[in-house]
Amino acid sequence: MISDAPVLQQTSEPGDSTIAPSRLSRYARPLLGVLLPLILALGWELVVWSGWSNGRLVPPPLRVFATIAELARSGELIRHIAATLWRVGLGFAFGVVAGTLLGAISGYWSLARRLLDPTVQALRAIPSLAWVPLFILWLGIFETSKIALIAVGVFFPVYLGVMGAILIVDRKIVEVGRTFRLSGPAMIRRILLPAVLPAYVVSLRVGLGLGWMFVVAAELIGASEGLGYLLLDGQQLGKPAQILAAIVIFAILGKLTDWLIEVAAAPFLRWQDAFGRAKEI
Amino acid sequence: MLALDRVSKTYPNGVQALARFSAEIRQGEILAIIGGSGCGKSTLLRAIAGLDRASSGTVTLDREAIASPHAKIGIIFQEPRLLPWLSVADNIGFGLADLPATERREKVARALERVGLADKAQAWPRELSGGQAQRVAIARALVPQPEVLLLDEPFSALDAFTRRDLQDHLLDLWADTRPTLILVTHDVDEAVVLADRVLVMRPWPGRLFDQIEINLGRPRDRNSPLFENFKRSVLTSLDRSLDRNVPDRDATQGPGQAMWW
Ligand SMILES: Nc1ncnc2c1ncn2[C@@H]1O[C@H](COP(=O)(O)OP(=O)(O)OP(=O)(O)O)[C@@H](O)[C@H]1O
Ligand SMILES: [Mg+2]
Repeated sequence: MISDAPVLQQTSEPGDSTIAPSRLSRYARPLLGVLLPLILALGWELVVWSGWSNGRLVPPPLRVFATIAELARSGELIRHIAATLWRVGLGFAFGVVAGTLLGAISGYWSLARRLLDPTVQALRAIPSLAWVPLFILWLGIFETSKIALIAVGVFFPVYLGVMGAILIVDRKIVEVGRTFRLSGPAMIRRILLPAVLPAYVVSLRVGLGLGWMFVVAAELIGASEGLGYLLLDGQQLGKPAQILAAIVIFAILGKLTDWLIEVAAAPFLRWQDAFGRAKEI
Repeated sequence: MLALDRVSKTYPNGVQALARFSAEIRQGEILAIIGGSGCGKSTLLRAIAGLDRASSGTVTLDREAIASPHAKIGIIFQEPRLLPWLSVADNIGFGLADLPATERREKVARALERVGLADKAQAWPRELSGGQAQRVAIARALVPQPEVLLLDEPFSALDAFTRRDLQDHLLDLWADTRPTLILVTHDVDEAVVLADRVLVMRPWPGRLFDQIEINLGRPRDRNSPLFENFKRSVLTSLDRSLDRNVPDRDATQGPGQAMWW
């Protein structure tokens, strides 16, 4: 063992030693973030296991996972996830389409902005949940009103993001397009779209986050399936493990869908990659 | 030939930036425009580029009136204005979208080689130094082979060394196809080293004050007495254009004064 030491020293060139810490920190940093929740979960598991607490109101992690596994085995879980995903997906799609169209129109034509924007801003000032009774009256208690509510939540950040991004496109770069005599559509495709894309992706992610928030609200109001229904059911039947299970799944799905947007956008945003990385450090 | 006929520009806020500016610029001539800050140099250049319309008067290129950006007129700004989402190569090829891909790629490759950035073809603009970025901007403007290239203080944001490099480089590139160059500058040295003719403008409202032919062969020696003479006459004219009285320049002229604002 001792004889290994000099060999080890020899192989670690000065170049290696400068790379090693950065490589270490690249993997260590995310791990560091997981440490605290892991310790807390493990601690709570131990507390319940050793009998200091019965864990009835705050079930330990293993019991939560057992609940998830149970739901999965019975096929319930997939049904609820599918219902919720369907609602979020549809609401998100409507919200994004409407927000993108109106945001682009408002950003591009100042006349449209003067006509449209004050109304949109006024509507935005209304807390979106205030629409719930109206939507239920208009669209019924079933899917349509839920999807409308989610779409409303998604609409505003996307609208604002698109309009704002178009408004702040660098005039100087637009002028480059003009000197090369780009036509209107070419100007949009070759200058405006790429310039707007980073802000658009951010607004999509914010919109998706709100979509997840509003699907919970919509499903708590009344649903016979969906993760929000699991929450409500767990509360009414006094099953905290089921509530926590639904919360965990919400977290996973939220993170996963957000990550999907990020990954899908990444090839188009490679040019500004280093900015993001620089900020992280 | 590029002809400016009594070009005037009054901005909506009432500022008269240009008043009856007339000049004729031969094909292939290198013209420097120099003058006090706010005397309408950029306004003039933008009118020639077709980016802004003159309030009255006409700009014609080979008898064709210029009212909007023209395929034969390129422009380089003070900042490189590269598109950050395009690689260096794609930036250079930006104005060649109508060409078939292979031809475009060839031209871009040649231009990259020509400005000495062949190894940066796939780099992003943010990875370039200021001088390199301006080289890309020059390549982008030259690659469609314009007949007239307008430059608005193209090197003023660069350090003295890089500036000299790029001045020489610009001349070198100019010799390839000999487009007309119209260069706005604050740097007397730059005007005299590059131009066949220097126009001096006078502010409020902006108009032509004086013109000085630089009858020097190329390449020019920045340290020759003749070069110094031309610099001195440009400086004197500039001072007069601002009604400053500096009768005896010879005694006070130092190298630091070559940069003129
Ligand atoms: N868009 C504009 N609207 C109103 N006034 C303007 C505008 N652009 C320029 N001006 C005015 O017109 C005059 C000439 O401006 P210009 O930019 O052409 O000067 P310049 O000679 O290029 O100055 P500098 O050497 O500082 O770049 C200035 O008084 C300026 O304030
Ligand atoms: Mg200017």
